[in-house]
Amino acid sequence: MLEYIIFSLLNSLLYGMLLFMLSSGLTLIFSMMGVLNFAHASFFMLGAYFAFQISVYIGFWPALILAPLIVGFLGALVERYGLRTVHKYGHVAELLFTVGLAYLIEESVNLIWGRSSVDYRVPDALDFAAFTLFTTDLSAYRVFMLVISVSMFVVLFLILTRTRIGLIIQAALTHPDGVSALGHNVPGVFMLVFGGGCSLAALAGVIGGNYLVTEPAMAAQLGPIVFVVVVVGGMGSLTGAFVASLLLGTLQTFAVGIEYSLSDLLAFFGVTMEAGGILKDIWRIQVSHTGPILPYLFMVLMLIFRPKGIMGKRES
Amino acid sequence: MNCDKYKNGNIAMSLLLKYGAWIGAAIIAFGLPAIVRSSYGLSLLSQVGIAIIFALSYNMLLGQGGMLSFGHAVFYGLGGFLTIHVINIINGGSLPIPLELVPLAGGFGALLFGIVFGWISTKRAGTTFALISLGIGELIASSALMLPSFFGGEEGISGDRMLETTLTWFEFAQQIDVYYLIAFWMLVSMVFMYLLTQTPLGRLANAVRDNPVRTPFIGYDVHRVRTIQYALSSLFAGVAGGLFAINYEILTAETIGAIESGNVLMMTYIGGVGHFFGPILGAVLVTFMQISLSNITHAWLLYFGLLFMGMVLWAPNGLAGIIMVHEPVWKAKLMKKLLPGYALAAIPALVLFLGVMILIEINYHLSLSINPDAPMHMFGIEFDARAPVAWGISIVLIVVGFVFLRRTVKTLNRSWQEITQIMKKGAD
Repeated sequence: MLEYIIFSLLNSLLYGMLLFMLSSGLTLIFSMMGVLNFAHASFFMLGAYFAFQISVYIGFWPALILAPLIVGFLGALVERYGLRTVHKYGHVAELLFTVGLAYLIEESVNLIWGRSSVDYRVPDALDFAAFTLFTTDLSAYRVFMLVISVSMFVVLFLILTRTRIGLIIQAALTHPDGVSALGHNVPGVFMLVFGGGCSLAALAGVIGGNYLVTEPAMAAQLGPIVFVVVVVGGMGSLTGAFVASLLLGTLQTFAVGIEYSLSDLLAFFGVTMEAGGILKDIWRIQVSHTGPILPYLFMVLMLIFRPKGIMGKRES
Repeated sequence: MNCDKYKNGNIAMSLLLKYGAWIGAAIIAFGLPAIVRSSYGLSLLSQVGIAIIFALSYNMLLGQGGMLSFGHAVFYGLGGFLTIHVINIINGGSLPIPLELVPLAGGFGALLFGIVFGWISTKRAGTTFALISLGIGELIASSALMLPSFFGGEEGISGDRMLETTLTWFEFAQQIDVYYLIAFWMLVSMVFMYLLTQTPLGRLANAVRDNPVRTPFIGYDVHRVRTIQYALSSLFAGVAGGLFAINYEILTAETIGAIESGNVLMMTYIGGVGHFFGPILGAVLVTFMQISLSNITHAWLLYFGLLFMGMVLWAPNGLAGIIMVHEPVWKAKLMKKLLPGYALAAIPALVLFLGVMILIEINYHLSLSINPDAPMHMFGIEFDARAPVAWGISIVLIVVGFVFLRRTVKTLNRSWQEITQIMKKGAD
C-alpha cells in the first residue's frame, strides 16, 4: 500500500510537472492577450515530433535544445503574421484562428510523419534503472524529466521576478492597457511571450513525447486538459497553474488505481441496489473509469461557482 | 413597409417578392430528386439537409446570440440517441407514434437538456462560455463510453426505421422516402428559425450579443435571453440529430463528440455567421466537400483546414459576407469594373493553389500510401514522388503564385477603392 502511494505520488508529480510546462505558457498568453490558444497542445506535439526527427539525425541531446527553439520561433511567427492579422476582428476570430491552426498542425503532422505513432525512444544514456524503491525500479529517465521540469520552473520563476522583461510581463498580466500606456512595446512582448510559451510547450513535448506516445492524436488528448489547468488555476496566476497542474496530476493518477464503484460504497453500508438499464451503468462505474471525465467536471464546476479559479486575480 | 410600393400594383407580384426565397427553397428541396436519381446523390442530399438544420441551429448561438460553443454536437447526438431509443420502443409495440413525428422526440429531448445546460453555461459570455461548452461537451462525450445501456458503448445503437404507423403513404424503405422526410423537416425548421429571428426574442439575442451591459438597463434579463436562445437552438439541433438517426439507423458515440462539434462550427463559419442564409451555404459546401473530396484525396481534411483558415484570416463574414459585399456594387451596375481585377487575381491564386496541392499530394503519397516507391498520378501524368522535378515544380509554382497574387490583390484593392468613391458620390 505504501509502495503504491509513493509511486502514485511520484507519477502524479511527473504528470503534474508536464502539465505545468504546457499550461505555464498558455496561462501567460491567455491572461496577457486574452487569447485562449487552442493550438498550444499542438506546439507540444510539434516539439515531440521535431525532437524525434532531430534525434534520428544527430541525437537526443541536441534535440533537447534545438526542438524548443525551432518551435518557439514558429510560435513567434504565428503571433506576428497570424494572430495579429485577425486581432482586428475580435476575440472570436482569434479563438477560431487557433482552432484552425490546431487542425492544420494535426493534419500536417499526419502528412509528414504518417497517422500511426513514431518510434521516439528514451535515449540509451538514460535507459536504466536509477534506483529501486521497495520492489519497483525507478527509471533514470523519469528522474531526468523531474530535473528538467523543476529547473525549468526555477528558471521561469527567476526570469519573471528578477529581470526587467519579467517585470513588464508581470505588469501586463494584470494591467495590459496600463503597460501599453507607459510606452512599453506590448506587441513585442506579446510576440516574445507567445514564442516563449510555445517553446516551453515544445520542451514538454521533447521530454514527454517518449514518456507518453508520440502520435498525431496526442495534441487532441492533452489539449483540453491544459485548459482545465488554466481555468482551475486562475487567470494570470502562474502559481495557480502550478497548484492546479499538481492537483490534476494527482487526481488522475490516483483515480486510475481505485476500482470501487457506487454499488461497492452502498454495499459497504449493507445496501444492495437492484436496478436495470442506465441506473445499473451508473452504479457500476468504477472510480478508475471516471479518469477521463473528472477534469472536465472539475472545470465546469469551477467556471460556474468560482470563475476566477483558485488563485486568479480577475475574471477575464 | 416594402409592400406599400405595390399597393396599386400586382398583389401576386408582391407576395412573390416577399416569399420568393422560401418558395424557391421548397421547389429546390422537393424538386432535386427529379434530377438527382442515383443513390449516391440522394444520400448526399439527405446529409446536406441534416447539415443545414444543424448549422442553422448553431448559428442561433454563434451568429445571433454571440455565443461561441464548442459542444453543440451534444444536442445533436442526444437528439439522435433519444430518437433511436424511441424508434426501438415503438418497434417494441407499446407506443404508436408515426415515424414522421419521431424527429420531434429527439428535438424536445434535446430541448430539455438544452434548458439545463443552457441555464448552467450562459451565466457568462465570451471565452468563459466557450470553455464551459467545451467542458460540457467533453463531459458528455467521455461519459458516453461509461453508460453503455444508453449510448451502446463502442458499437453504438441501431434501430429499424420501417415503423408500422406512418402518417403518409411512404414506407421509408428507400432513401428517396427518407429524403422527402428530411426535406420536409428542413424546410419547417428553416422557416421557424427564420421567424425566430424576427421575434422580440431574436432581436433581444442580437442586443445581448452586441451589448450585454446595456441590455439589462432597458429591462431585460441577459441570462434568461441567452438561456432561451440556447435551449431553442438545442431543439433544432436535436431535430437534426433525430433525422440523422432515421437516415443512418445507427448512432455511435462519435456523433456526440468534439469532432462533430468542430465540424458544425467550421460549416457555419465558412458559410458566414452574419446572415441568415450563410450557414445554409456552409452546410451545402462543406458536406459536399466532405463526401466528394474524401473520395478523391486522402488529404481532404487538410484542404478543409486551409479553407477554414483562409476564411478566418481574409473573410471573417464567410461566403455570405463575400456575396453581400457585392450586392450594392451589383445594384449600382459597377460589377464590370471589378471583374477584370478578379480575373487577374484568379490566375496567380490558381497557380499558388496548384503548387500547394502538388506538394501536399506528394507528401501524402510518400507518408501514407502502401508503396511510396510506386509512381503516382496527377492530372493523368505519372511521376515518381521522390523526383526532384516534381518538388521543384511545386515550389516554383508556389513562389510565383504568391508573388503575383500579392501584386494583383493590390490592384484589386485599388479598384475597390475607386468603386466605393463612385458609390459615395452617387449617394450624395
